[in-house]
Amino acid sequence: MYSNILLAADGSENAVRAANEALAIASVMPGCKIEILFVIDDSKVKEEVLHSQNEEERQYKRHQKLLPIEDVFAGRNIDHKITIIHGDPGPVIVDYAKRNQVDLIILGSRGLNALQEFVLGSVSHKVVKRAACPVMIVK
Amino acid sequence: MMNQIKTEWFSNVKGDVLAGIVVALALIPEAIAFSIIAGVDPMVGLYASFCIAVITAFIGGRPGMISAATGAMALLMVPLVRDHGLQYLLAATLLTGVIQFLFGVLKIAKLMKFIPRAVMIGFVNALAILIFMAQIPHFVGISALTYVFVAATLLIVYGLPRFFKAIPAPLIAIVVLTVAAIVGNVQIGTVGDLGTITQSLPSFLIPNVPFNLETLIIILPFSVSLAIVGLVESLLTASIVDDMTETGSNKNKEARGQGIANFATGFFGGMAGCAMIGQTVINVKSGGRGRLSTLTAGVFLMFLILVLGGLVVQIPMPVLAGIMIMVSIGTFDWSSFSYLRKAPKSDVIVMLVTVAIVVVTDNLAIGVFAGVLLSAILFAAKISGIKVAKHISGGQIVFKVQGQLFFASVEEFVDSFDFELTHADIILDFSQAHVWDDSGVGAVDKVVIKYRVGENKVRVEGLNPSSEKIIKRLAVYHDANAQLKSH
Repeated sequence: MYSNILLAADGSENAVRAANEALAIASVMPGCKIEILFVIDDSKVKEEVLHSQNEEERQYKRHQKLLPIEDVFAGRNIDHKITIIHGDPGPVIVDYAKRNQVDLIILGSRGLNALQEFVLGSVSHKVVKRAACPVMIVK
Repeated sequence: MMNQIKTEWFSNVKGDVLAGIVVALALIPEAIAFSIIAGVDPMVGLYASFCIAVITAFIGGRPGMISAATGAMALLMVPLVRDHGLQYLLAATLLTGVIQFLFGVLKIAKLMKFIPRAVMIGFVNALAILIFMAQIPHFVGISALTYVFVAATLLIVYGLPRFFKAIPAPLIAIVVLTVAAIVGNVQIGTVGDLGTITQSLPSFLIPNVPFNLETLIIILPFSVSLAIVGLVESLLTASIVDDMTETGSNKNKEARGQGIANFATGFFGGMAGCAMIGQTVINVKSGGRGRLSTLTAGVFLMFLILVLGGLVVQIPMPVLAGIMIMVSIGTFDWSSFSYLRKAPKSDVIVMLVTVAIVVVTDNLAIGVFAGVLLSAILFAAKISGIKVAKHISGGQIVFKVQGQLFFASVEEFVDSFDFELTHADIILDFSQAHVWDDSGVGAVDKVVIKYRVGENKVRVEGLNPSSEKIIKRLAVYHDANAQLKSH
């Protein structure tokens, strides 16, 4: 039914839970591809540059964040690939899904409270509001 | 060459022009506020922002980066302006440009990698704290109405972007609250109380100072501090842009470009500036990538001042203070709190010492210098642990040395040997050690010769090539009759 799933990953535990759901869905749908989209949040780049001595260390730390997600798919014989892009997570995910004929977006919910959501803005809320395809939010 | 010019200038015209306009709007309040921090007329910061942005657009090393009057630089100028006045600041700005240009020519930017991240984190945190503290006199204990204006400003700058992003919220806060103050005819301090705005383009002038040694002695320490701090912030900003845009940049060219920009700015009545982290991030996020965005920001800023200059003096001071509070909150590295818990103790100490020294001295350059020095000392202390293990094999006594042998570890090294031995066959095994300097060589000499005094047979084995090279060059123990020289 779904053939091209986009899994939005940010290195958090919620993203790992989302990855497990994506795996469960894809395993019952033959020929289903999963695209893992890792968005480097523009607002966090300053922090990441500040906390790494050089570019090598920065790349290493980012890859470390993806390892738990890679683990989920390791040896599972599901067609998947990882894409890393820069930007504001919400709009980037929506835009990427539109340009790549994605038919289902899966992402984890950070479970923010009202204040955090006001200050930080909810990525899943933005995606649900603007995406052109079904969106699955994993709690 | 033509191709490079084309990509750097014209590959993103629409994005660059729009982002440049957004940056110009966001830059006005900051340029004014930083002038007030430095203790000069708002025009000094505005002229500086115009000149530096326009010049770095052409010759900077990092397309898409915004350079202008900054808080870090303004904070360094305070004592110079207070004690000697604006003309000396302009002279210091010229000299800052010369020093930065030389840094670029001598490829000093490469040395940036020796500034540990703990010092960089301390740098931005100290900068945030100083910007915040500089606002306190403008709103604390003045009047209830002042607090109301600060609160209203903060509400607008943090709340509004949730719903509306096309125009930078700080500018909206300024327009709305300035109008409110004028219409409501309220008693409140304004920018006009602290300086004047002239609606004219900057003109060429030579700083009115005596060109002699005395002047040089006054401005040199400031210029050196400004040059270093300017480069530290600019190269950090350049790395952020490199990462966000996944492109590289030429750090030495940036140093040269900033030097020329500051040199020129001094002749046009502007204060020294550097790259701005906050504005640059705004530029890239708004779609700015090329040199055109920086040029647009500078030119549009000047245009706005020519058209609206008269209104600038009516901006209530607490509104500017509120915007600067937002800037300081944005500058502070909030992940420092988890850094305090997770990072190695020595890094945490370096970070805190950097912040403390800056806050006490009001000088970011001294903080960076002290932080680098302290982390060098802590690093030396960390690797100076050296171990000497003694074991006996086939009638020989082997001392296996493990670690780095240099000035900081020689004492521990020499004290690890048992010099009671006599008439023994001794081997010093250096296969897991490295001899770094003449103090290290001297210590090896000392041990060998002391054992020889006890009629022992001593051999040095297992030196790695670089240790062997320095030993061959400096050691005296190869001579059987060698006496200890006083290392």
